[in-house]
Amino acid sequence: MKSLEDLKALREKLQSDIRVRENDGTKIIIGMGTCGIAAGAREIMAAVLDELAVRKLKNVQVQQTGCIGMCEKEVLVDVVRPGEPRITYGNVKPVDVKRIIADHVINGRIIEDLVVGKMDDDKI
Amino acid sequence: MQHIRAHVLVCGGTGCKSAGSGNVIESFKTEIEKKGLSEEVMVVETGCHGFCEHGPLVIIYPEGTFYCQVTPEDVAEIVESHLYKGRIVERLLYHEPLSLEAIPSYKDIAFYKKQERRVLANCGRINPEAIEEYIALGGYEGLAKALTAMTTEEVVEEVKKSGLRGRGGAGFPTGLKWSFAKASVNTKKYIICNADEGDPGAFMDRSVLEGDPHKVLEGMAIAAYAIGSDEGYIYVRAEYPLAIKRLRVAIAQAEKMGFLGNNIFGTKFNFNLHIKEGAGAFVCGEETALMASIEGRRGMPRTRPPFPAVAGLWGKPTNINNVETFANVPLILQKGADWYCTCGTEKSKGTKVFALTGKINNTGLAEVPMGITMREIIYDIGGGITNGKKSIKVCLAEKSL
Repeated sequence: MKSLEDLKALREKLQSDIRVRENDGTKIIIGMGTCGIAAGAREIMAAVLDELAVRKLKNVQVQQTGCIGMCEKEVLVDVVRPGEPRITYGNVKPVDVKRIIADHVINGRIIEDLVVGKMDDDKI
Repeated sequence: MQHIRAHVLVCGGTGCKSAGSGNVIESFKTEIEKKGLSEEVMVVETGCHGFCEHGPLVIIYPEGTFYCQVTPEDVAEIVESHLYKGRIVERLLYHEPLSLEAIPSYKDIAFYKKQERRVLANCGRINPEAIEEYIALGGYEGLAKALTAMTTEEVVEEVKKSGLRGRGGAGFPTGLKWSFAKASVNTKKYIICNADEGDPGAFMDRSVLEGDPHKVLEGMAIAAYAIGSDEGYIYVRAEYPLAIKRLRVAIAQAEKMGFLGNNIFGTKFNFNLHIKEGAGAFVCGEETALMASIEGRRGMPRTRPPFPAVAGLWGKPTNINNVETFANVPLILQKGADWYCTCGTEKSKGTKVFALTGKINNTGLAEVPMGITMREIIYDIGGGITNGKKSIKVCLAEKSL
């Protein structure tokens, strides 16, 4: 450790490991109500985590939520980028996960053919 | 492939440990393994979060859900419901005593609302045995700044400007105290941290040492640079075995990463730290008796002058400060004296950690801005007196209440 800059660089690297405790950054929220789980939400969760691991994305939080009533459209996956509206994707399959992460999470492009809803305020 | 999506922070401070948090941690590890979530969820043992009356405490991120009085029997439910399904376990949340309202996030609990957690910022937030987590939250930046960008005079000035006063009870201006040892001319000077904490019921220093030991090490290193010392002692009472263990781990890690030892940050500054364990004598909390004890002599206070700053440990100029005083120093260097002054009163800047014990509803540890009233501490933070009693007598005896 030779300088303040060295330390700051190390800090950057280590910060990502405890980023989860800051609860900031983009959120991916997966519907994990009974309907969601029955429709395969756990497989979607696994696919999301795999993709995040492959891409080494540390500033993305993965959360779960309950049933919001649109059971027919499960598995539902919401993506909220900081300062942007909350977008809900429906009938998500594991193959869609790569696209959601590459297009929306990273590049901010909403995937029209998967969208079922949009919320401007991310509080329910 | 592994991507950790959730952190389970279990309080491993002595209070929660004695309430069984050790078993809670083990249960979490077992249950998470059983549910196949080991690649997604990380369990972390942290220092004292302060809400000791309601421990064992568990906080789950990213949501920041705060669970109280968790037993090993509750763990299976938390893992199944919260970690697997994303459903908060309502019955384990903190419930407001009067309205019985459940409060999921600890920042909304009355106990924490009036607190200003600066010294205790990392306690309950990081694993105290992982220097990486301390660094991730800005650790050792204060020391780096002092060594690479400031002169020793500038460091003393910054501490003077902050208005920091000794937290050991006497409240002597810290910057001024450092300038005395700095002015003494000698090639050998010592820095001592008084971690004897003899006052009954007091556990502020213990919690800082157990929960964020690196903050104290960094503060001591900055002080050593400022006064021209290259060697330091932490005098810890032997009745704090966990604090001693955490300090040993922290010192070893700091030495390995080059924050202690020789040529720190590539400068000519060397600083080596030793731990001296006390031997059960209350009087060794007094600075001259403490120094006698380090020297291997009987812990007997002596008259002053000469003051430690002129002739202290082994007759050399010595600066001795309390644990909490040292813990304030890295923040002053990192964020600046001006920032430090944003909290506190005209004559007393910053915060003070209080240990709340006895016949009060929320026993535990709280850090509050200087200037807060006793009424606010006892009623708003402490939750009032147990059994709904109305009046309370307060007597101030040095620093223990």
